[in-house]
Amino acid sequence: MSRMPKISIRGLKKSFGPKVVLDGVDLDVGVAESVVVIGGSGTGKSVLLKCILGLLTPDEGSIRIDGQEVVGLRGAEREAVNRKFGMLFQGAALFDSLTVWENVAFGLLTAGDMSRREAREIAIRNLAAVGLQPEVADLYPAELSGGMKKRVGLARAIATRPEIVFFDEPTTGLDPIMADVINDLICQCVKELGATALSITHDMVSARKIAHRIAMLYGGKIIWQGPASQIDNSGNPYVDQFIHGRAEGPIQMEVRA
Amino acid sequence: MNFLATIGRIFIAFLEVNGRIALFAGEAVSHCVRPPWYPKMIVRQMIDIGYFSLPVVGLTALFTGMVLALQSYTGFARFSAESAVATVVVLSMTRELGPVIAGLMVAGRIGASMAAEIGTMRVTEQIDALTTLSTNPFKYLVAPRLIAGLTMLPLLVLVADIIGVFGGYLVGVYKLNFNPAAYLKQTVDYLELMDVVSGLVKAAAFGFLVSLMGCFHGYYSQGGAQGVGRATTNAVVSASILILIFNYAITEIFFATR
Ligand SMILES: Nc1ncnc2c1ncn2[C@@H]1O[C@H](COP(=O)(O)OP(=O)(O)OP(=O)(O)O)[C@@H](O)[C@H]1O
Ligand SMILES: [Mg+2]
Repeated sequence: MSRMPKISIRGLKKSFGPKVVLDGVDLDVGVAESVVVIGGSGTGKSVLLKCILGLLTPDEGSIRIDGQEVVGLRGAEREAVNRKFGMLFQGAALFDSLTVWENVAFGLLTAGDMSRREAREIAIRNLAAVGLQPEVADLYPAELSGGMKKRVGLARAIATRPEIVFFDEPTTGLDPIMADVINDLICQCVKELGATALSITHDMVSARKIAHRIAMLYGGKIIWQGPASQIDNSGNPYVDQFIHGRAEGPIQMEVRA
Repeated sequence: MNFLATIGRIFIAFLEVNGRIALFAGEAVSHCVRPPWYPKMIVRQMIDIGYFSLPVVGLTALFTGMVLALQSYTGFARFSAESAVATVVVLSMTRELGPVIAGLMVAGRIGASMAAEIGTMRVTEQIDALTTLSTNPFKYLVAPRLIAGLTMLPLLVLVADIIGVFGGYLVGVYKLNFNPAAYLKQTVDYLELMDVVSGLVKAAAFGFLVSLMGCFHGYYSQGGAQGVGRATTNAVVSASILILIFNYAITEIFFATR
Protein backbone atom coordinates (compact mmCIF):
# COMPACT_ATOMS: atom_id res chain seq x y z
CA MET A 1 0.00 0.00 0.00
CA SER A 2 1.47 3.30 -1.02
CA ARG A 3 -0.76 5.49 1.13
CA MET A 4 -0.33 5.69 4.84
CA PRO A 5 -3.12 3.84 6.66
CA LYS A 6 -5.52 5.96 8.67
CA ILE A 7 -5.28 3.65 11.66
CA SER A 8 -2.37 1.35 12.21
CA ILE A 9 -2.27 -1.00 15.19
CA ARG A 10 0.76 -3.10 16.02
CA GLY A 11 1.24 -5.66 18.77
CA LEU A 12 -1.56 -4.28 20.92
CA LYS A 13 -1.86 -6.00 24.29
CA LYS A 14 -4.30 -5.41 27.11
CA SER A 15 -5.00 -7.45 30.20
CA PHE A 16 -7.31 -6.91 33.14
CA GLY A 17 -5.46 -8.40 36.09
CA PRO A 18 -4.64 -11.99 35.15
CA LYS A 19 -7.14 -11.96 32.31
CA VAL A 20 -5.50 -11.42 28.93
CA VAL A 21 -7.99 -9.81 26.56
CA LEU A 22 -5.88 -8.51 23.67
CA ASP A 23 -2.71 -10.45 23.00
CA GLY A 24 -0.90 -8.75 20.15
CA VAL A 25 -3.46 -7.31 17.74
CA ASP A 26 -2.20 -6.10 14.36
CA LEU A 27 -4.67 -4.25 12.18
CA ASP A 28 -4.57 -1.55 9.53
CA VAL A 29 -7.50 0.52 8.34
CA GLY A 30 -6.96 2.52 5.17
CA VAL A 31 -8.29 5.98 4.35
CA ALA A 32 -12.02 5.87 3.55
CA GLU A 33 -12.03 2.13 4.12
CA SER A 34 -14.69 0.30 6.07
CA VAL A 35 -13.41 -2.54 8.20
CA VAL A 36 -15.64 -4.78 10.25
CA VAL A 37 -14.29 -6.72 13.20
CA ILE A 38 -16.19 -9.87 14.06
CA GLY A 39 -15.61 -12.20 16.97
CA GLY A 40 -17.35 -13.95 19.81
CA SER A 41 -18.88 -12.20 22.74
CA GLY A 42 -16.25 -11.14 25.26
CA THR A 43 -13.27 -11.49 22.93
CA GLY A 44 -12.31 -7.86 23.43
CA LYS A 45 -13.77 -6.04 20.46
CA SER A 46 -15.08 -3.16 22.51
CA VAL A 47 -11.79 -3.08 24.43
CA LEU A 48 -9.96 -2.71 21.12
CA LEU A 49 -11.99 0.39 20.23
CA LYS A 50 -11.52 1.86 23.69
CA CYS A 51 -7.77 1.43 23.42
CA ILE A 52 -7.74 3.36 20.15
CA LEU A 53 -9.83 6.12 21.71
CA GLY A 54 -7.52 6.31 24.71
CA LEU A 55 -10.28 5.34 27.14
CA LEU A 56 -8.19 2.35 28.16
CA THR A 57 -4.41 2.37 28.27
CA PRO A 58 -2.85 -0.55 26.42
CA ASP A 59 -0.19 -2.56 28.22
CA GLU A 60 1.96 -2.81 25.14
CA GLY A 61 1.94 -2.01 21.47
CA SER A 62 1.50 0.94 19.21
CA ILE A 63 -1.50 2.71 17.70
CA ARG A 64 -0.91 5.27 14.99
CA ILE A 65 -3.54 7.63 13.64
CA ASP A 66 -2.42 9.31 10.40
CA GLY A 67 1.08 8.18 11.31
CA GLN A 68 0.98 9.82 14.75
CA GLU A 69 1.56 7.61 17.76
CA VAL A 70 -1.41 8.07 20.10
CA VAL A 71 -0.68 5.62 22.92
CA GLY A 72 0.09 7.64 26.03
CA LEU A 73 -1.18 10.95 24.68
CA ARG A 74 -2.81 13.10 27.37
CA GLY A 75 -4.60 16.37 27.85
CA ALA A 76 -4.88 18.78 24.94
CA GLU A 77 -3.05 16.50 22.50
CA ARG A 78 -5.47 13.69 23.21
CA GLU A 79 -8.41 16.03 22.76
CA ALA A 80 -7.06 17.16 19.42
CA VAL A 81 -6.76 13.56 18.23
CA ASN A 82 -10.21 12.70 19.55
CA ARG A 83 -11.71 15.44 17.41
CA LYS A 84 -11.07 13.12 14.47
CA PHE A 85 -13.24 10.41 15.99
CA GLY A 86 -16.90 9.70 16.30
CA MET A 87 -17.99 6.77 18.37
CA LEU A 88 -21.22 4.85 18.74
CA PHE A 89 -21.05 3.06 22.07
CA GLN A 90 -22.47 -0.40 22.44
CA GLY A 91 -24.85 0.87 25.13
CA ALA A 92 -25.41 4.20 23.33
CA ALA A 93 -24.05 6.13 26.37
CA LEU A 94 -26.36 9.09 25.87
CA PHE A 95 -26.11 11.96 28.37
CA ASP A 96 -29.31 11.54 30.32
CA SER A 97 -29.33 15.08 31.68
CA LEU A 98 -29.57 16.48 28.15
CA THR A 99 -32.36 16.26 25.58
CA VAL A 100 -31.99 14.15 22.48
CA TRP A 101 -31.06 17.04 20.22
CA GLU A 102 -28.56 18.40 22.74
CA ASN A 103 -26.99 14.97 22.80
CA VAL A 104 -26.69 14.87 19.03
CA ALA A 105 -25.37 18.42 18.85
CA PHE A 106 -23.03 18.04 21.84
CA GLY A 107 -19.85 18.02 19.78
CA LEU A 108 -21.01 21.02 17.76
CA LEU A 109 -22.03 23.05 20.81
CA THR A 110 -18.86 22.46 22.79
CA ALA A 111 -16.63 23.18 19.81
CA GLY A 112 -17.94 26.75 20.09
CA ASP A 113 -18.81 29.15 17.27
CA MET A 114 -22.22 27.66 16.48
CA SER A 115 -25.50 29.09 17.68
CA ARG A 116 -27.92 26.79 19.46
CA ARG A 117 -30.49 27.28 16.73
CA GLU A 118 -28.08 26.23 14.04
CA ALA A 119 -26.90 23.26 16.08
CA ARG A 120 -30.48 22.20 16.68
CA GLU A 121 -31.23 22.24 12.97
CA ILE A 122 -28.21 20.07 12.22
CA ALA A 123 -29.21 17.73 15.03
CA ILE A 124 -32.71 17.35 13.62
CA ARG A 125 -31.30 16.66 10.18
CA ASN A 126 -29.05 13.97 11.64
CA LEU A 127 -31.97 12.49 13.54
CA ALA A 128 -33.94 12.31 10.31
CA ALA A 129 -31.06 10.44 8.70
CA VAL A 130 -31.36 7.70 11.33
CA GLY A 131 -35.14 7.57 10.88
CA LEU A 132 -36.22 9.63 13.89
CA GLN A 133 -38.95 12.26 13.76
CA PRO A 134 -38.30 15.87 14.83
CA GLU A 135 -40.68 15.33 17.79
CA VAL A 136 -38.07 13.07 19.34
CA ALA A 137 -35.61 15.96 19.54
CA ASP A 138 -37.01 17.37 22.78
CA LEU A 139 -37.39 14.10 24.63
CA TYR A 140 -34.89 12.87 27.19
CA PRO A 141 -32.96 9.63 26.61
CA ALA A 142 -34.90 7.89 29.39
CA GLU A 143 -38.05 8.29 27.30
CA LEU A 144 -36.65 6.37 24.32
CA SER A 145 -36.73 2.70 23.42
CA GLY A 146 -33.46 0.74 23.20
CA GLY A 147 -33.35 0.88 19.41
CA MET A 148 -34.11 4.59 19.40
CA LYS A 149 -31.26 5.23 21.84
CA LYS A 150 -28.94 3.36 19.55
CA ARG A 151 -29.97 5.51 16.62
CA VAL A 152 -29.55 8.73 18.62
CA GLY A 153 -26.09 7.50 19.56
CA LEU A 154 -25.39 6.94 15.90
CA ALA A 155 -26.61 10.42 14.99
CA ARG A 156 -24.35 11.86 17.69
CA ALA A 157 -21.36 9.90 16.41
CA ILE A 158 -21.63 11.31 12.91
CA ALA A 159 -22.98 14.80 13.68
CA THR A 160 -19.55 16.42 13.73
CA ARG A 161 -18.59 14.72 10.44
CA PRO A 162 -15.56 13.00 11.93
CA GLU A 163 -12.79 11.57 9.77
CA ILE A 164 -12.95 8.26 11.60
CA VAL A 165 -16.11 6.63 12.95
CA PHE A 166 -16.35 3.65 15.25
CA PHE A 167 -19.57 1.72 15.36
CA ASP A 168 -19.90 -0.73 18.23
CA GLU A 169 -22.72 -3.05 17.18
CA PRO A 170 -24.74 -0.47 15.23
CA THR A 171 -27.59 -2.84 14.33
CA THR A 172 -28.10 -4.88 17.49
CA GLY A 173 -31.53 -4.30 18.95
CA LEU A 174 -33.00 -2.93 15.71
CA ASP A 175 -35.64 -4.52 13.52
CA PRO A 176 -34.34 -5.89 10.20
CA ILE A 177 -35.67 -3.00 8.15
CA MET A 178 -34.22 -0.33 10.43
CA ALA A 179 -30.98 -2.33 10.51
CA ASP A 180 -30.79 -2.02 6.77
CA VAL A 181 -31.42 1.73 6.95
CA ILE A 182 -28.51 2.01 9.36
CA ASN A 183 -26.31 -0.13 7.11
CA ASP A 184 -27.06 2.23 4.25
CA LEU A 185 -26.25 5.18 6.43
CA ILE A 186 -22.86 3.73 7.36
CA CYS A 187 -22.08 2.99 3.70
CA GLN A 188 -23.10 6.54 2.86
CA CYS A 189 -20.79 7.96 5.54
CA VAL A 190 -17.88 6.13 4.01
CA LYS A 191 -18.76 6.77 0.39
CA GLU A 192 -19.97 10.35 0.49
CA LEU A 193 -18.10 11.84 3.41
CA GLY A 194 -14.96 9.83 2.85
CA ALA A 195 -14.97 8.71 6.47
CA THR A 196 -12.93 5.79 7.68
CA ALA A 197 -15.11 3.30 9.51
CA LEU A 198 -14.23 0.61 11.99
CA SER A 199 -17.27 -1.36 13.04
CA ILE A 200 -18.01 -4.24 15.31
CA THR A 201 -20.91 -6.51 14.67
CA HIS A 202 -22.32 -9.98 15.21
CA ASP A 203 -24.77 -9.43 12.41
CA MET A 204 -23.28 -11.10 9.33
CA VAL A 205 -25.83 -9.55 6.99
CA SER A 206 -24.73 -6.15 8.17
CA ALA A 207 -21.05 -7.09 8.02
CA ARG A 208 -21.33 -8.22 4.40
CA LYS A 209 -23.08 -5.04 3.48
CA ILE A 210 -20.93 -2.39 5.16
CA ALA A 211 -17.48 -3.95 5.07
CA HIS A 212 -14.77 -3.57 2.51
CA ARG A 213 -12.68 -5.82 4.67
CA ILE A 214 -13.54 -8.16 7.52
CA ALA A 215 -11.22 -9.14 10.35
CA MET A 216 -11.88 -11.81 12.91
CA LEU A 217 -10.71 -11.43 16.49
CA TYR A 218 -10.15 -14.62 18.42
CA GLY A 219 -7.96 -15.45 21.39
CA GLY A 220 -6.71 -11.87 21.59
CA LYS A 221 -5.39 -11.84 18.03
CA ILE A 222 -6.66 -11.10 14.55
CA ILE A 223 -6.72 -14.65 13.18
CA TRP A 224 -8.06 -13.85 9.74
CA GLN A 225 -8.65 -10.79 7.62
CA GLY A 226 -9.62 -10.37 4.01
CA PRO A 227 -12.03 -8.71 1.60
CA ALA A 228 -15.68 -9.02 2.53
CA SER A 229 -16.31 -11.04 -0.64
CA GLN A 230 -13.83 -13.68 0.55
CA ILE A 231 -15.57 -14.36 3.84
CA ASP A 232 -17.38 -17.44 2.53
CA ASN A 233 -14.21 -19.10 1.29
CA SER A 234 -11.76 -17.93 3.89
CA GLY A 235 -10.46 -21.45 4.37
CA ASN A 236 -10.32 -20.69 8.07
CA PRO A 237 -12.33 -23.11 10.23
CA TYR A 238 -12.82 -20.48 12.98
CA VAL A 239 -14.29 -17.99 10.52
CA ASP A 240 -16.47 -20.68 8.94
CA GLN A 241 -17.85 -21.72 12.28
CA PHE A 242 -18.53 -18.11 13.27
CA ILE A 243 -20.31 -16.97 10.13
CA HIS A 244 -22.47 -20.06 10.03
CA GLY A 245 -23.15 -19.86 13.75
CA ARG A 246 -22.42 -23.50 14.52
CA ALA A 247 -22.00 -24.72 18.06
CA GLU A 248 -19.55 -27.42 16.93
CA GLY A 249 -16.13 -26.52 15.65
CA PRO A 250 -12.73 -25.27 16.78
CA ILE A 251 -14.25 -22.44 18.88
CA GLN A 252 -15.39 -24.01 22.10
CA MET A 253 -17.86 -22.01 24.11
CA GLU A 254 -17.17 -22.47 27.76
CA VAL A 255 -20.52 -23.77 28.84
CA ARG A 256 -20.86 -26.19 31.67
CA ALA A 257 -24.03 -28.00 32.41
CA MET B 1 2.19 -11.91 62.22
CA ASN B 2 -0.98 -12.08 60.19
CA PHE B 3 -2.49 -9.42 62.36
CA LEU B 4 0.41 -7.05 61.70
CA ALA B 5 0.17 -7.72 57.98
CA THR B 6 -3.49 -6.76 58.08
CA ILE B 7 -2.71 -3.51 59.84
CA GLY B 8 0.02 -2.80 57.31
CA ARG B 9 -2.27 -3.53 54.41
CA ILE B 10 -4.97 -1.23 55.74
CA PHE B 11 -2.40 1.50 56.36
CA ILE B 12 -1.01 1.23 52.84
CA ALA B 13 -4.49 1.26 51.33
CA PHE B 14 -5.24 4.34 53.39
CA LEU B 15 -2.16 6.14 52.10
CA GLU B 16 -2.97 5.07 48.55
CA VAL B 17 -6.46 6.54 48.72
CA ASN B 18 -5.05 9.77 50.13
CA GLY B 19 -2.59 9.97 47.29
CA ARG B 20 -5.27 9.38 44.72
CA ILE B 21 -7.52 12.01 46.25
CA ALA B 22 -4.64 14.49 46.27
CA LEU B 23 -3.87 13.82 42.59
CA PHE B 24 -7.54 14.06 41.72
CA ALA B 25 -7.86 17.34 43.62
CA GLY B 26 -4.75 18.74 41.94
CA GLU B 27 -5.99 17.88 38.48
CA ALA B 28 -9.47 19.20 39.25
CA VAL B 29 -8.20 22.52 40.62
CA SER B 30 -5.93 22.98 37.64
CA HIS B 31 -9.02 22.72 35.43
CA CYS B 32 -10.93 25.20 37.61
CA VAL B 33 -8.42 27.94 36.83
CA ARG B 34 -7.86 27.26 33.13
CA PRO B 35 -10.33 27.95 30.30
CA PRO B 36 -12.56 26.81 28.75
CA TRP B 37 -15.19 27.09 31.46
CA TYR B 38 -18.76 25.93 31.21
CA PRO B 39 -20.77 28.78 32.78
CA LYS B 40 -24.07 26.95 32.31
CA MET B 41 -22.85 23.96 34.27
CA ILE B 42 -21.44 26.19 37.02
CA VAL B 43 -24.71 28.12 37.40
CA ARG B 44 -26.72 24.91 37.48
CA GLN B 45 -24.57 23.53 40.29
CA MET B 46 -24.70 26.83 42.16
CA ILE B 47 -28.48 26.80 42.11
CA ASP B 48 -28.55 23.19 43.22
CA ILE B 49 -26.13 23.71 46.09
CA GLY B 50 -26.99 27.24 47.13
CA TYR B 51 -30.68 27.64 46.51
CA PHE B 52 -32.12 24.18 46.93
CA SER B 53 -30.19 23.53 50.13
CA LEU B 54 -31.69 26.59 51.81
CA PRO B 55 -34.74 24.86 53.37
CA VAL B 56 -32.73 22.04 54.90
CA VAL B 57 -29.93 24.23 56.14
CA GLY B 58 -32.29 26.95 57.35
CA LEU B 59 -34.42 24.52 59.32
CA THR B 60 -31.48 22.82 61.01
CA ALA B 61 -29.89 26.19 61.79
CA LEU B 62 -33.12 27.47 63.31
CA PHE B 63 -33.48 24.57 65.71
CA THR B 64 -29.78 24.59 66.52
CA GLY B 65 -29.99 28.26 67.52
CA MET B 66 -33.07 27.56 69.59
CA VAL B 67 -31.62 24.63 71.46
CA LEU B 68 -28.39 26.54 72.03
CA ALA B 69 -30.28 29.31 73.80
CA LEU B 70 -32.21 26.87 75.90
CA GLN B 71 -29.21 24.75 76.88
CA SER B 72 -26.87 27.61 77.66
CA TYR B 73 -29.58 29.23 79.75
CA THR B 74 -30.04 26.15 81.93
CA GLY B 75 -26.28 25.79 82.23
CA PHE B 76 -25.48 29.42 82.96
CA ALA B 77 -28.35 29.85 85.39
CA ARG B 78 -26.37 27.66 87.79
CA PHE B 79 -23.83 30.44 88.29
CA SER B 80 -26.20 33.29 87.46
CA ALA B 81 -24.59 34.18 84.15
CA GLU B 82 -27.84 34.09 82.17
CA SER B 83 -26.98 37.35 80.46
CA ALA B 84 -24.29 35.56 78.45
CA VAL B 85 -26.86 33.49 76.55
CA ALA B 86 -27.06 35.81 73.53
CA THR B 87 -23.28 35.95 73.23
CA VAL B 88 -22.94 32.21 73.49
CA VAL B 89 -25.54 31.68 70.78
CA VAL B 90 -24.01 34.08 68.30
CA LEU B 91 -20.42 32.94 68.87
CA SER B 92 -21.27 29.23 68.64
CA MET B 93 -23.35 29.76 65.55
CA THR B 94 -20.90 31.85 63.57
CA ARG B 95 -17.67 30.16 64.60
CA GLU B 96 -18.70 26.58 64.85
CA LEU B 97 -22.20 25.28 64.39
CA GLY B 98 -23.23 27.29 61.34
CA PRO B 99 -20.44 25.96 59.12
CA VAL B 100 -20.44 22.44 60.56
CA ILE B 101 -24.17 21.91 60.39
CA ALA B 102 -24.49 23.42 56.93
CA GLY B 103 -21.47 21.37 55.83
CA LEU B 104 -22.91 18.12 57.12
CA MET B 105 -26.35 18.77 55.67
CA VAL B 106 -24.88 19.65 52.29
CA ALA B 107 -22.66 16.56 52.46
CA GLY B 108 -25.77 14.44 52.82
CA ARG B 109 -27.73 16.28 50.18
CA ILE B 110 -25.21 17.33 47.58
CA GLY B 111 -22.28 14.98 48.12
CA ALA B 112 -24.56 12.00 47.72
CA SER B 113 -26.28 13.27 44.60
CA MET B 114 -22.96 14.21 42.98
CA ALA B 115 -21.51 10.78 43.62
CA ALA B 116 -24.66 9.10 42.32
CA GLU B 117 -24.87 11.25 39.21
CA ILE B 118 -21.21 11.05 38.23
CA GLY B 119 -21.06 7.39 39.24
CA THR B 120 -23.99 6.56 36.99
CA MET B 121 -22.34 8.47 34.18
CA ARG B 122 -19.21 6.41 34.75
CA VAL B 123 -20.86 3.00 34.70
CA THR B 124 -23.06 3.82 31.72
CA GLU B 125 -20.00 5.00 29.74
CA GLN B 126 -21.24 8.59 29.57
CA ILE B 127 -17.87 9.79 30.86
CA ASP B 128 -16.17 7.83 28.09
CA ALA B 129 -18.56 9.44 25.63
CA LEU B 130 -17.61 12.90 26.95
CA THR B 131 -13.95 12.16 26.38
CA THR B 132 -14.54 10.95 22.83
CA LEU B 133 -16.47 14.14 22.15
CA SER B 134 -13.27 15.99 23.10
CA THR B 135 -14.73 17.35 26.32
CA ASN B 136 -12.64 16.92 29.41
CA PRO B 137 -14.81 15.38 32.14
CA PHE B 138 -12.79 17.25 34.77
CA LYS B 139 -13.70 20.54 33.14
CA TYR B 140 -17.27 19.65 32.33
CA LEU B 141 -18.28 17.71 35.44
CA VAL B 142 -15.81 18.20 38.28
CA ALA B 143 -14.67 21.83 38.02
CA PRO B 144 -18.20 23.34 38.01
CA ARG B 145 -19.10 21.35 41.14
CA LEU B 146 -15.93 22.39 42.97
CA ILE B 147 -16.41 26.04 42.07
CA ALA B 148 -20.06 25.94 43.10
CA GLY B 149 -19.27 24.21 46.40
CA LEU B 150 -16.49 26.63 47.22
CA THR B 151 -18.57 29.73 46.56
CA MET B 152 -22.05 28.69 47.64
CA LEU B 153 -21.38 27.23 51.08
CA PRO B 154 -20.17 30.54 52.55
CA LEU B 155 -23.38 32.18 51.38
CA LEU B 156 -25.44 29.34 52.82
CA VAL B 157 -23.59 29.62 56.11
CA LEU B 158 -24.17 33.35 56.25
CA VAL B 159 -27.88 32.66 55.99
CA ALA B 160 -27.60 29.82 58.50
CA ASP B 161 -25.84 32.15 60.96
CA ILE B 162 -28.61 34.70 60.73
CA ILE B 163 -31.37 32.14 61.07
CA GLY B 164 -29.57 30.45 63.97
CA VAL B 165 -29.22 33.71 65.85
CA PHE B 166 -32.86 34.41 65.14
CA GLY B 167 -33.76 31.02 66.60
CA GLY B 168 -31.85 31.91 69.74
CA TYR B 169 -33.64 35.23 69.86
CA LEU B 170 -37.04 33.55 69.61
CA VAL B 171 -36.35 31.27 72.53
CA GLY B 172 -34.59 34.00 74.50
CA VAL B 173 -37.38 36.53 74.14
CA TYR B 174 -40.52 34.42 74.06
CA LYS B 175 -39.58 31.58 76.36
CA LEU B 176 -36.85 32.86 78.65
CA ASN B 177 -38.32 36.36 78.84
CA PHE B 178 -35.25 38.35 77.92
CA ASN B 179 -35.75 41.95 76.97
CA PRO B 180 -35.61 42.00 73.13
CA ALA B 181 -33.44 45.09 72.89
CA ALA B 182 -31.06 43.84 75.54
CA TYR B 183 -30.82 40.46 73.82
CA LEU B 184 -29.94 42.05 70.50
CA LYS B 185 -27.41 44.35 72.14
CA GLN B 186 -25.79 41.37 73.83
CA THR B 187 -25.68 39.62 70.48
CA VAL B 188 -23.76 42.33 68.63
CA ASP B 189 -21.64 43.72 71.45
CA TYR B 190 -19.20 40.85 71.77
CA LEU B 191 -19.26 39.72 68.15
CA GLU B 192 -16.05 40.33 66.23
CA LEU B 193 -15.61 40.34 62.49
CA MET B 194 -13.11 37.52 62.84
CA ASP B 195 -15.79 35.22 64.30
CA VAL B 196 -17.86 35.48 61.17
CA VAL B 197 -14.90 35.39 58.80
CA SER B 198 -13.44 32.24 60.33
CA GLY B 199 -16.83 30.59 59.95
CA LEU B 200 -17.03 31.56 56.30
CA VAL B 201 -13.51 30.30 55.63
CA LYS B 202 -14.56 27.01 57.15
CA ALA B 203 -17.66 27.00 54.98
CA ALA B 204 -15.63 27.47 51.81
CA ALA B 205 -13.34 24.62 52.80
CA PHE B 206 -16.27 22.35 53.63
CA GLY B 207 -18.00 23.16 50.35
CA PHE B 208 -14.86 22.25 48.47
CA LEU B 209 -14.48 19.01 50.43
CA VAL B 210 -18.08 17.92 49.88
CA SER B 211 -17.85 18.49 46.14
CA LEU B 212 -14.44 16.88 45.96
CA MET B 213 -15.60 13.73 47.74
CA GLY B 214 -18.77 13.52 45.69
CA CYS B 215 -16.86 13.84 42.43
CA PHE B 216 -13.96 11.61 43.44
CA HIS B 217 -16.06 8.68 44.57
CA GLY B 218 -18.43 9.06 41.64
CA TYR B 219 -15.62 9.32 39.13
CA TYR B 220 -13.94 6.12 40.27
CA SER B 221 -17.06 4.09 40.90
CA GLN B 222 -17.30 0.81 39.08
CA GLY B 223 -19.54 -2.19 38.75
CA GLY B 224 -23.11 -1.11 38.15
CA ALA B 225 -25.79 -0.06 40.58
CA GLN B 226 -24.03 -1.59 43.56
CA GLY B 227 -20.84 0.32 42.77
CA VAL B 228 -22.75 3.58 42.50
CA GLY B 229 -24.42 2.86 45.83
CA ARG B 230 -21.06 2.28 47.45
CA ALA B 231 -19.68 5.47 45.91
CA THR B 232 -22.60 7.44 47.34
CA THR B 233 -22.10 6.09 50.83
CA ASN B 234 -18.36 6.65 50.68
CA ALA B 235 -18.82 10.20 49.47
CA VAL B 236 -21.11 11.14 52.36
CA VAL B 237 -19.11 9.35 55.05
CA SER B 238 -15.72 10.62 53.92
CA ALA B 239 -16.99 14.17 53.43
CA SER B 240 -18.51 14.17 56.93
CA ILE B 241 -15.33 12.88 58.53
CA LEU B 242 -13.16 15.34 56.61
CA ILE B 243 -15.45 18.21 57.62
CA LEU B 244 -14.95 17.42 61.29
CA ILE B 245 -11.20 17.00 60.90
CA PHE B 246 -10.77 20.19 58.90
CA ASN B 247 -13.06 21.98 61.32
CA TYR B 248 -10.57 21.33 64.08
CA ALA B 249 -7.57 22.16 61.90
CA ILE B 250 -8.99 25.50 60.75
CA THR B 251 -10.09 26.41 64.28
CA GLU B 252 -6.55 25.66 65.44
CA ILE B 253 -5.10 27.97 62.78
CA PHE B 254 -7.43 30.85 63.63
CA PHE B 255 -6.89 30.25 67.33
CA ALA B 256 -3.12 30.43 66.93
CA THR B 257 -3.20 33.68 64.96
CA ARG B 258 -5.35 35.69 67.29
N1 LIG C 1 -13.08 -2.25 32.54
C1 LIG C 1 -12.91 -3.57 32.55
N2 LIG C 1 -12.42 -4.18 33.65
C2 LIG C 1 -12.23 -5.51 33.67
N3 LIG C 1 -12.49 -6.33 32.65
C3 LIG C 1 -12.98 -5.80 31.53
C4 LIG C 1 -13.22 -4.39 31.42
N4 LIG C 1 -13.70 -4.15 30.19
C5 LIG C 1 -13.78 -5.34 29.57
N5 LIG C 1 -13.34 -6.33 30.36
C6 LIG C 1 -13.24 -7.74 29.99
O1 LIG C 1 -12.67 -7.81 28.72
C7 LIG C 1 -13.30 -8.81 27.95
C8 LIG C 1 -13.66 -8.26 26.61
O2 LIG C 1 -14.69 -7.30 26.78
P1 LIG C 1 -15.34 -6.55 25.56
O3 LIG C 1 -16.35 -5.63 26.11
O4 LIG C 1 -14.28 -5.97 24.69
O5 LIG C 1 -16.07 -7.73 24.78
P2 LIG C 1 -16.72 -7.68 23.35
O6 LIG C 1 -15.83 -8.42 22.43
O7 LIG C 1 -17.05 -6.28 23.00
O8 LIG C 1 -18.02 -8.53 23.60
P3 LIG C 1 -19.52 -8.24 23.12
O9 LIG C 1 -19.60 -8.71 21.72
O10 LIG C 1 -20.35 -9.08 24.03
O11 LIG C 1 -19.77 -6.78 23.26
C9 LIG C 1 -14.49 -9.30 28.74
O12 LIG C 1 -14.21 -10.61 29.18
C10 LIG C 1 -14.61 -8.38 29.91
O13 LIG C 1 -14.86 -9.13 31.07
MG1 LIG D 1 -18.64 -5.13 22.96
